[in-house]
Amino acid sequence: MAREETGSRGDDTMIDAPQFTNSKPEEFFNVHYLRIYYGNLFPYNDIHKWLSYGHDGKHPGCDDYYFGRREFSFTLENDVYLRYKSFKSASALEHAIKSCFPYKIDIGAVYSVDPDKRHAYSQTGTNVFTPVERELVFDIDITDYDDVRYCCSGADVCSKCWPLMTVAIKVIHTSLKEDFGFKHILWVFSGRRGVHCWVCDPKARRMTNEQRSAVAEYFRVYKGNENNARKVALMGYSLHPFLAISYVDFLKGFFEGELQENQSIFSTKDKYDKILELISDEDIQSELREKWEKSANRSSLSEEAISLVRWEQLKNTLQSKKHKAPTLRMCVEEIVFTFTYPRIDLEVSKQMNHLLKAPFCVHPKTGRVCVPIDPNNCDEFDPLAVPTLSQLIEEINSGGSKMDVDDDDDDDDTDTSLLGKSIKFFRSSFLEPLLKSCKEEIENSYKTKIGKSKDSFSW
Amino acid sequence: MEVIRSQKRTPSNDTVSNPKIPLYLTAPPMEVRLEEFELFAVDRLRVLKGVSDGLARGRNPKEMDDLVDTLWKEHMRDPDASVMLNKDIISHFVLRLVYCRSDELKKWFLSMETALFRHRFRLQNFEAQRAIVGEFGLPYKAVTGAELEGLKERLGQVVRSLGQISPTVEAVYYKVPFEEVPDLVASRRVLIQKGYAFVAGSQLVSLVVTQFRSHISKALILTNRKWTTTIQEREKDRLTPIVEALSTSYLGPDYSQSTEYAEISLMDIDQVAKSSFPLCMRHLFEKVREDHHLKHGGRMQLGLFLKGVGLKLDDALAFWRAEFTKKVGSERFDKEYAYSIRHNYGKEGKRTDYTPYACQKIILSAPGAGDHHGCPYRHFSEDNLRAALGRMGLSSRGMEGVMDQVRNKHYQLACTMTFEAVYGTSCDAGINHPNQYFEESQKILKSKTPPAPV
Repeated sequence: MAREETGSRGDDTMIDAPQFTNSKPEEFFNVHYLRIYYGNLFPYNDIHKWLSYGHDGKHPGCDDYYFGRREFSFTLENDVYLRYKSFKSASALEHAIKSCFPYKIDIGAVYSVDPDKRHAYSQTGTNVFTPVERELVFDIDITDYDDVRYCCSGADVCSKCWPLMTVAIKVIHTSLKEDFGFKHILWVFSGRRGVHCWVCDPKARRMTNEQRSAVAEYFRVYKGNENNARKVALMGYSLHPFLAISYVDFLKGFFEGELQENQSIFSTKDKYDKILELISDEDIQSELREKWEKSANRSSLSEEAISLVRWEQLKNTLQSKKHKAPTLRMCVEEIVFTFTYPRIDLEVSKQMNHLLKAPFCVHPKTGRVCVPIDPNNCDEFDPLAVPTLSQLIEEINSGGSKMDVDDDDDDDDTDTSLLGKSIKFFRSSFLEPLLKSCKEEIENSYKTKIGKSKDSFSW
Repeated sequence: MEVIRSQKRTPSNDTVSNPKIPLYLTAPPMEVRLEEFELFAVDRLRVLKGVSDGLARGRNPKEMDDLVDTLWKEHMRDPDASVMLNKDIISHFVLRLVYCRSDELKKWFLSMETALFRHRFRLQNFEAQRAIVGEFGLPYKAVTGAELEGLKERLGQVVRSLGQISPTVEAVYYKVPFEEVPDLVASRRVLIQKGYAFVAGSQLVSLVVTQFRSHISKALILTNRKWTTTIQEREKDRLTPIVEALSTSYLGPDYSQSTEYAEISLMDIDQVAKSSFPLCMRHLFEKVREDHHLKHGGRMQLGLFLKGVGLKLDDALAFWRAEFTKKVGSERFDKEYAYSIRHNYGKEGKRTDYTPYACQKIILSAPGAGDHHGCPYRHFSEDNLRAALGRMGLSSRGMEGVMDQVRNKHYQLACTMTFEAVYGTSCDAGINHPNQYFEESQKILKSKTPPAPV
């Protein structure tokens, strides 16, 4: 309620401290808060540095027009959607955002020419408007797991089902690094109920749609919808090494531990029926169903304990009967995969021109900032503890933040603000290694080019 | 390649060193008689059409190998090997002219020629295959010694995951950047480590097919340029009419413009859905009515089908709006869905008038969580399919025939049998497009109803 000066900002907007008792959507997110956020907190320079990939004009091998060929899209307050926006510099980007305070900012591909000049080029011949580079991206949304989570559904997410996202990050991240050899991977909270992944290696950015599709399919295990019962079908006599490592290192432990604790997937008839349907043998289904119906009311164990007992019984039964049919061979694994394996949105990954929300945007429905997630520490990430717009504003008002976002020489670790931690993480574990490697690449390809035309330099 | 009139053909003397399957890298300096120009192309087109049919019917790779072998022998064989090779090369280059002229034609030609190449390659012995790989000049190194030893266990796991009970690893593996073998990556048929895929000798197909496809794709663009800038005009009295006739005769109608049998209005839509829609569209339609929503894949498949069936843009907007607003409200409908409906009708964006999906495309789609599109004969579980067929009025005997086709993965034949059971008549052409099902159905129903009294 106190009207405090935000004098150090030199900004005239003063703002009432938000009241937390009300839960109207406007309290989480409104144009007023957005102005403050984009006026003071959004890390323009970091985003610009990232998307320039080393082309900062400081080396003769730099492409000064690279950043300007990147498509951005803005979604404004009245759902007005503006595509093919492009900017020549960080300040142009900043200026554009500050002139309309978009509700959502998406990042698209780097095109052959400036997106906002695309009409000047015909669609045939050699000068076409076409994407030339784009990060390899993944989108995992917890609503795609609604058939296997019992605590929430739809847009909600809680501490009992969020671990599904954690396990997804671990599986995908490990594979991206170990199998595909990618090094510059950024994971970002989508703001409400999922995660995005940006693979930024040069090799990744230059992948064709067909290659992106191949990687997405490599990751795909769950194939189904309400029209078919057995949605994970693992054929063959063993798992592919990628699936085997995922199972042994992450999925099995998660299924038998945290998942059982949080979801107790065998504790009631409704729940265990769903699992029994995944077993393609009617006799085994009835055998287990009978056993569990009998023991339903007689047990004094907790839900979780009952669940674990039943899981053991199911495993033992399947182990002894798996030779009955090829579809039973890996039924146990299929069940584990159905409940725990990542479900990525294939369409997002397959096409270069697909737009994806920018990191450090704010989600309109929750007011939370889309902050990076540390894949090596993702167990610690709590989606319900992510800074919200109102918390950030409150922090500014109380003068608690010593942060100046645009300060590049932030050598001392005095920035302890809510957002500062995320920005620091973004810089140190993602941006700096990425830029170092980009600059080396620019240097090397420049040297190669020079080397080729060495003769022209001889006097 | 020179096209000449009825003169004795000069024999080509560079066939001796050519591999069994030409790579069509450059147009050879041959002379071709004008009659052969068209005849050779027609024969090859018969082969490509047969390939297209086989793919649409969901034939597995071994079946496709046999099919290609049969088709090739039937249409392209000649007792003289060098004549056969010439026909192969000439017909390919003629068809390039025919199929370079639009995106849709290019896409079809590229898919069919690639499939043809793939299966012809698979039919060759290992030595011949290695020779072809060599022709492409691919720089892949074989993995040997200690490196191979270190990978043996995991390579064995891959082999077992593909259905071979014993983990015997092949003698030769190639280390290839994963980008070069997208189909092997997508189906998890290779071990991948630090960006490299380990491709078995027997999997070479994938490598060469990718190269082949890429080469033909680029070639088609160049051919198109040459066609539009010089050839079309120069040959307007000779080759151009032949080229233009060749493409329209074999692709079949695309149902982008509705015919006299296909014009429906909003009032009739429920009744017509029950009486004339194929199962895939019935299902989608029922789901829209039930859930007042459909995900993107379903909206595209059903929306374009309705367009092909004659539903006008205004009626389409009214239909989707009536259902969706029950769930998302009028404002959201206008903002999020109306645009893409208009887009489908060619009224927004690129203004392409999109064509309704044919069975082949629908069968190959991949419905995921919450989706209802795709081909029920392929994507439904047996129980769900039986229930759906029961609702269409099939007797249990009729159903067995259909389920038999489904078990053998002949999805379009299953749909054809359903059609025949529902309307009590035979459908010799076979169903290969949902709009075709609709039109045939309407033809039958209209011929049964007496004309309205004046």
